[in-house]
Amino acid sequence: MGTVEELLKINEELRNKLEELTKKNHAARSKIDEMSSQVVDSNPYSRLMALKKMGIVKNYEQIRTYCVAVVGVGGVGSVAAEMLTRCGIGKLLLFDYDKVELANMNRLFFQPHQSGLSKVEAAAETLRNINPDVNITTFNYNITTVDNFENFQSALLTQGLSGGPVDLVLSCVDNFEARLTINTVCNESDLNWFESGVAENAISGHIQFIEPGRTACFACVPPLIVASNIDEKTLKRDGVCAASLPTTMAIVAGFLVQNALKYLLKFGDVANYLGYSALNDFFPTMSLKPNKNCDDNFCRKRQEEKLGKVEEKVRQEIEEEGPVHEDNEWGISLVDESVIDEKETTIAASGIAFAYTVPTEGQKETQGTSGTSKEVSLEELMAQMKAI
Amino acid sequence: MVDEGTRKTLSSIPLLKTKAGPRDKELWVERLKEEYQSLIKYVQNNKEADNDWFRLESNKEGTKWFGKCWFFHDQLKYEFDVEFDIPVMYPTTAPEIALPELDGKTAKMYRGGKICLSDHFKPLWARNVPKFGIGHAMALGLGPWLAVEIPDLISKGVISYKEKTG
Ligand SMILES: [Zn+2]
Repeated sequence: MGTVEELLKINEELRNKLEELTKKNHAARSKIDEMSSQVVDSNPYSRLMALKKMGIVKNYEQIRTYCVAVVGVGGVGSVAAEMLTRCGIGKLLLFDYDKVELANMNRLFFQPHQSGLSKVEAAAETLRNINPDVNITTFNYNITTVDNFENFQSALLTQGLSGGPVDLVLSCVDNFEARLTINTVCNESDLNWFESGVAENAISGHIQFIEPGRTACFACVPPLIVASNIDEKTLKRDGVCAASLPTTMAIVAGFLVQNALKYLLKFGDVANYLGYSALNDFFPTMSLKPNKNCDDNFCRKRQEEKLGKVEEKVRQEIEEEGPVHEDNEWGISLVDESVIDEKETTIAASGIAFAYTVPTEGQKETQGTSGTSKEVSLEELMAQMKAI
Repeated sequence: MVDEGTRKTLSSIPLLKTKAGPRDKELWVERLKEEYQSLIKYVQNNKEADNDWFRLESNKEGTKWFGKCWFFHDQLKYEFDVEFDIPVMYPTTAPEIALPELDGKTAKMYRGGKICLSDHFKPLWARNVPKFGIGHAMALGLGPWLAVEIPDLISKGVISYKEKTG
């Protein structure tokens, strides 16, 4: 037991600490009704509204009328969400089903004390604190499962600021399944979106703008990767799934939101495909037309609807036939394994390659497929499987 | 590269025909029947070849799969629970097979205990849509993963043999 003086001293210390913490939690500013261009220390929007005064953006304050969905709140998505929040976007929808882990601390945005929290909830709290003017709604589930798909689709179609569709979807996910899910929803619902990605070796990345029917969708061609000068066959993958760098992720997030801003606020040109190769500081760009034989029937439908609206300005066209080893100065990697037919497909001299190739309709084998006899019911088969 | 053994196994699993996912109602039932027939044949083949290594079953809708897989090391049997969801974009995208009890025990896993697939899995799967099914995902994904990772985890002392009771 301490003396009364000692106890009083502890009491005071604790009061001060409490006051400090209370202050910290209430440091967030109150909401601002209208974006002002007044240059005063207390105006969080003065430097953004200066874009208007300088003639870069005509109506910067329109950013408040837009709703953007960020799917995947990891190394790229969380940074993209923070950028949009600081820019004063009207509304953000955040989708992720993961939790914050200490293993994420090599990336930006999340902090160690948030470990264990759901990424969307932790992100929403930080973002609301940075800018309370942004309306943030969170969705804590995996969009690729059958149970959540409908909810995901309806959120994108009804959670916009006026109860309609969102204005733009940013894909910041780290897997093919989720990208293809977003692609399907956006083709079906005719939503414009940006795909983004960082290679598992952390040294390259890309963004791609997809307007269903007008530019190639994610299913039109195999995934595109920026060719690095590393021979993929010598890439050591033993003991690890993926590497990541905060730099590469922040660069890709920056590319992504820069182009999202250009798209929403209508200034400059929006890149169709923009790649980044870290080892040689190489930034290839190109445009991709949709594939008439795309696997996604809604993609083909959108193409029919938008026929004639196709923009003429094409920087570089995709070359369907390979091989093009001779002018392959970036060491484009080719598929080294195939059970059907090895067809090398690269995009000539662009520094961009397909992650792999798929057979064309004519190459697809039809023989050997099993087919089921109509007499057997699913229940019987399930029972048979169980009984083995 | 796919090794000769995996290649041989793959070619012995019956291929599927119906390109349908869980959103395709009736066609999905047809696809599910093909999945079960293919899996039954694969498991029977394994048993005949004295290489029985997994059992799977699904919920009524065929969207959630679960079961067991096992691996022999120094004559001891190591058994693990397997589970995965059929992704809404199946069969264009492969299922992500998970061994939840090994989650956090190896770097060769993604969140939730989903196994890390080799670089050639996705290209090979993409080239064989819709012919590849769950059996192929097991043979090409989980089989080689267990063969590499389990001996490694045992040697590191991360997993140890548990006597089966009952
Ligand atoms: Zn398409």
